[in-house]
Amino acid sequence: MPEIDLGTTPLRELNAALHRLSPDTNESHWIVDHPEGRHAIAAGLAVPITVEINGPVGYYCAGMNKLATVLIHGSAGVGVAENMMSGFVHVTGDASQSAGATGRGGLLRIDGNASSRCGISMKGIDIVVKGSVGHMSAFMAQAGNLVVFGDAGEALGDSIYEARLFVRGKVKGLGADCIEKEMRDEHKQALHNVLERAGFDGQIDPDEFKRYGSARKLYNFKVDNAGAY
Amino acid sequence: MDWTPRTTPRPSAVFDEFSLSEIRRAAATGIYDIRGGGAKRKVPHFDDLLFLGASVSRYPLEGYREKCATDVWLGTRFAEKPIHIKIPITIAGMSFGSLSAQAKEALGRGASQVGTSTTTGDGGMTEEERHHSTLLVYQLLPSRYGMNPDDLRRADAIEIVVGQGAKPGGGGMLLGQKISDRVAEMRTLPKDIDQRSACRHPDWTGPDDLEIKIEELREITDWQKPIYVKVGASRPFYDTALAVKAGADVIVLDGMQGGTAATQEVFIEHVGLPILGAIRPAVQALQDLGMHRKVQLIVSGGIRNGADVAKALALGADAVSIGTAALVALGDNDPAFEEEYRKLGTTAGCYDDWHEGRDPAGITTQDPELAARLDPALAGRRLANYLSVLTLEAQTIARACGKSHLRNLEPEDLVALTVEAAAMAKVPLAGTDWIPGT
Ligand SMILES: Cc1cc2nc3c(=O)[nH]c(=O)nc-3n(C[C@H](O)[C@H](O)[C@H](O)COP(=O)(O)O)c2cc1C
Repeated sequence: MPEIDLGTTPLRELNAALHRLSPDTNESHWIVDHPEGRHAIAAGLAVPITVEINGPVGYYCAGMNKLATVLIHGSAGVGVAENMMSGFVHVTGDASQSAGATGRGGLLRIDGNASSRCGISMKGIDIVVKGSVGHMSAFMAQAGNLVVFGDAGEALGDSIYEARLFVRGKVKGLGADCIEKEMRDEHKQALHNVLERAGFDGQIDPDEFKRYGSARKLYNFKVDNAGAY
Repeated sequence: MDWTPRTTPRPSAVFDEFSLSEIRRAAATGIYDIRGGGAKRKVPHFDDLLFLGASVSRYPLEGYREKCATDVWLGTRFAEKPIHIKIPITIAGMSFGSLSAQAKEALGRGASQVGTSTTTGDGGMTEEERHHSTLLVYQLLPSRYGMNPDDLRRADAIEIVVGQGAKPGGGGMLLGQKISDRVAEMRTLPKDIDQRSACRHPDWTGPDDLEIKIEELREITDWQKPIYVKVGASRPFYDTALAVKAGADVIVLDGMQGGTAATQEVFIEHVGLPILGAIRPAVQALQDLGMHRKVQLIVSGGIRNGADVAKALALGADAVSIGTAALVALGDNDPAFEEEYRKLGTTAGCYDDWHEGRDPAGITTQDPELAARLDPALAGRRLANYLSVLTLEAQTIARACGKSHLRNLEPEDLVALTVEAAAMAKVPLAGTDWIPGT
């Protein structure tokens, strides 16, 4: 099991080594120590390996991740798992702004709180936040599921498209074109599936969540909506 | 005789015919006008500059005999694989979605035939354009439509789009009429809806974040690809300085005449600087930082002919980029389609409803029948011809100024025809040694 100390090894060396791995590598579990908030750690992974990072990471950790599992034992800076394609990213601490931004697939789990713009412009990623999320989360969210056990800040789901938002706690305010929607069986099932994949099988009751999504009123330009553009 | 002389009916210079029609249009619809193209009103431009040519004290190079080189290296600052273009004219980013797949392919073919690069756009990379473009620049825009690490790695360079000259500070829009199944799928959005692209990036704000974003992109691509930063011309001195500080290899500076696929008319005509006024401040920033020619500067916005190219280079740019002119070379606004333009309520040369997707030339459309009208091989050939002419024209001027490489053109080769152009381009008013402001 390769163990890399970022206190002594340059980040470039770590990422280059991770990028060189072939899909059938037997170096499939990496440990990274002393990340100390460095940016772009384990960004651009493309093979099904596991990278465990012991400590807090800076911006864009696991950015554009494909197939890999990245476990962050600590908090994450801006844009953790941004534009993730597939795989699993798990933050045991809090996450800063724009967690999972534009993500197109895979699963991002955050055990603490996520700051503003969590899931901004998400395009298919599933995000599960055990704590709360800040303002403008799921702004222009296109596809995927954002699940929040705690509360959501102002302007949740502003200008949302087809993403589904599930919030268990309070929502401070909904953004333009975002409304509460009926929680039908298919949605409970979808939520259940996401929770199961995130490792909360049976521990959390989907019935406790409310669902939010697009009223689809801003989908086409209309004079009467001019104030909302 | 009871006859009072009448004055001639007098149209208002202020409430001119266009303004009146726009008031009527607004009153009828309640929504702003959206269109394609760039600023249509007259602003100070390259036409307001002249080259001096050779004289007793400067001798020219022999046309057709003595060499005048045209190539440019882009991305030499940090990228392990900088790109080498044979002519200093690149094809600007125009999205698949705004353009048909055939048009994107034609752009790739034309650019590749003359050894230059083309650029993706707000909508991701298509197979056609990757396949037909020897050198392809991949844009990272606020919308991140279609963004993925595989395309990032198979691109030859990456362009972070902060802004566009037609709309600095504005996002994009693609109206429902142009959302085909393929476009919708690439963007992960439902069909037939009006798609908006955000004006701000979702995961960074400000120059300090930009620096970290660039670092991430370099890490993902193992420091191989040149990274460009594209800005609309608004504060070119500071934007250039900040982009250099953030680690850009190349700055792309787009003036207000620059085309767009769909933007509010009011935005196109009233926000941003003409490119003429933006080049010198950007070059000044590069020079102040000791980065001129180390970080390359590509400028765009209303480039039409080889003289425009030569003037942009003389003011300090390393290369230019073209959008509108490339579309015209493919066949956009061709008088051959006059009858159809008439049916759309316009005329060849004025057609700018590119957002509606009904382009008779098959370029700014997703309608399969219209798009099929454009033969990518033929249109690509026309673009290659046009690019060759631009290059020959720029060389003609450069030789007359005694330059063995286009990049050796310099402000000293230029004078201005108007006080405004003299002030903006910081070259003397013709026949004087007066540069306003100095
Ligand atoms: C049809 C069309 C689509 C465009 N799409 C984009 C785009 O997706 N991204 C971008 O950065 N610029 C886009 N632009 C702007 C061009 O990249 C470029 O800045 C501009 O066309 C240059 O000015 P010119 O048209 O006068 O040559 C587009 C322009 C046109 C005409």
